Amino acid sequence: MTTLIDIQDLSKVYERGRQKVEVLHGVNLTIEEGDFLALMGPSGSGKTTLLNLIGGLDTPTSGSLAVAGERIDRLGAGALARWRAAHVGFVFQFYNLMPMLTAQRNVELPLLLTKLTAAQRRTNASIALQLVGLDDRASHKPSELSGGQQQRVAIARAIVSDPTLLVCDEPTGDLDRQSAEDILGLLRELNREHGKTIVMVTHDPKAAEYANHTLHLDKGSLVEHAAA
Amino acid sequence: MKYMHLIWAALFRRKTRTFFTLASILAAFLLFGMLDATRAAFSSGDSVTGVDRLITTSRYSIIQSLPASLAARIQAIPGVKAVGGSNWFGGIYQDPKNVVLSFAVSDNYLDIYHEIDLPADQRKVFEATRTGAIVGEALAKRFGWKIGDKVPLQSTIFPQRSGDKTWPFDIVGIYKPAPGAANGTDQQFLFHHKYFEDANAFRSIGTNVGWYIVQLTSADKADSVARAIDALSANSDHETKTQTEQAFNASFAKQLGDIGLIVSAIMGAVFFTLILLTGNTMAQAVRERTSELAVLKTIGFSSRSVLGMVLAEGILLLVLGGVLGLALAGIVVPIVAKGSGGMLNLPPIGLQTWLTGLALMVAIGALVGALPARRAMRLNIVDALAGR
Repeated sequence: MTTLIDIQDLSKVYERGRQKVEVLHGVNLTIEEGDFLALMGPSGSGKTTLLNLIGGLDTPTSGSLAVAGERIDRLGAGALARWRAAHVGFVFQFYNLMPMLTAQRNVELPLLLTKLTAAQRRTNASIALQLVGLDDRASHKPSELSGGQQQRVAIARAIVSDPTLLVCDEPTGDLDRQSAEDILGLLRELNREHGKTIVMVTHDPKAAEYANHTLHLDKGSLVEHAAA
Repeated sequence: MKYMHLIWAALFRRKTRTFFTLASILAAFLLFGMLDATRAAFSSGDSVTGVDRLITTSRYSIIQSLPASLAARIQAIPGVKAVGGSNWFGGIYQDPKNVVLSFAVSDNYLDIYHEIDLPADQRKVFEATRTGAIVGEALAKRFGWKIGDKVPLQSTIFPQRSGDKTWPFDIVGIYKPAPGAANGTDQQFLFHHKYFEDANAFRSIGTNVGWYIVQLTSADKADSVARAIDALSANSDHETKTQTEQAFNASFAKQLGDIGLIVSAIMGAVFFTLILLTGNTMAQAVRERTSELAVLKTIGFSSRSVLGMVLAEGILLLVLGGVLGLALAGIVVPIVAKGSGGMLNLPPIGLQTWLTGLALMVAIGALVGALPARRAMRLNIVDALAGR
């Protein structure tokens, strides 16, 4: 297996007014391509911050962060946005779908940043919705879907542009047990059958069981790195 | 255009709020269309007819008449092709509110005002009929007059020698204004100055001329001829002021007030209120969508794209409401003009009004969208997703 993500001595300091808060300090981590990693830890441990850095939503204060050999910690805002569009799919706890767009239109969103024609965008979005088992709900708006269905639409949106990496922040945090298991099963399928590398933040040990590895963070540092 | 459905969906995310905002924009541009038509009605600025004509009035007041003897002296000035005269009659028809733009005019008036399109046979009858009058087709339509009708007009100024202020006229012609004629040309009532002179109780006024219309051999001689005319009466008891017809019309309209300034002041207040109202609505709408905008940026939309989409949303909102408002003005203005019985001769909403309106829509849309767009552009994804 080849290394997809290489993190060296990564630190992140937030400034809240006059106060400086070091959320991550000296994190070293490598994630192999095709891995499914769960990040766990108490609130404030820095797991979401680490996920945001890996997904290119934020930049580290110090250290290096390379994804597929590219130092994303050195990219400017515009280049980072283009990098995210090309390489990362995001899944959030609260789905974060556009309420005024149908499922189909929501899934098409990342494709608006590509050179695909409208017809190609429609086709690709339909395939993604089919993959998550929601092709029959394409014309429904988020308010007409259950929580589990909305999260499936969010996953379809995350995978529609065929990204290398899926970044999931508490993807089952707002779902009932059955829906959560369906979503986790879907993520595992994407990992095993479609080769997607997944980094998932979760509080739920049962959710973490679906991952290949679990990483524990506490007070901004890695404390454990165990096989599931 | 690829993002149009996103902009459109964002605009109608809260339909009721958008509807009321659109209604306020529509009302503002309806008012703009109507006021601009009013301004145009009082302005002859766009008309190119009359550039070869000068108007000579008393230097001190338009109501002070000029001696008839001045006509021959003006005619002798090089560059003058013809000299005609006109007097304000101040006519009303049946009811004091039915004001008629009535003028006693010299015999050569129709030769000078070639934009008055009167059929040759009607002109012959007009020339041969002492009490004959020709009227614009809009005026004829307003009162239901037709050729052959005997029409009594009451003058608010001039009684006849009998003391009666009612003057009988025979409608002998109905003219059309030629293309390019000044606003209101088809609202006029023209009759013979000779009849005005002979029957007028104020004999001295009747033989005088209210103002002279001087036709030039060439428009570029306007300045020199105007100076020469005014020099004829310098230091006399009837000093004159000679100006182009357009300047005369403009100063005539200004007697009512500076319509352009009044219209601009009202529209300024309306658009200022619109900017505050729409700006507040846009700011609120974008604030509500903070997390959605953060998701767009997360997916990979650049800050500039987000800025452009919010700006476009503001412009689209203004253009939608504004176009509906101006279109409605296009329907309402002729109805108002008709309802005024021809007194308010409002021109239809023209290309110039549309272009000015569209420019205002885009400018106001960009202005009200600017602050929310800047906020959206500078949105920090991590903070926005965390609800901070």
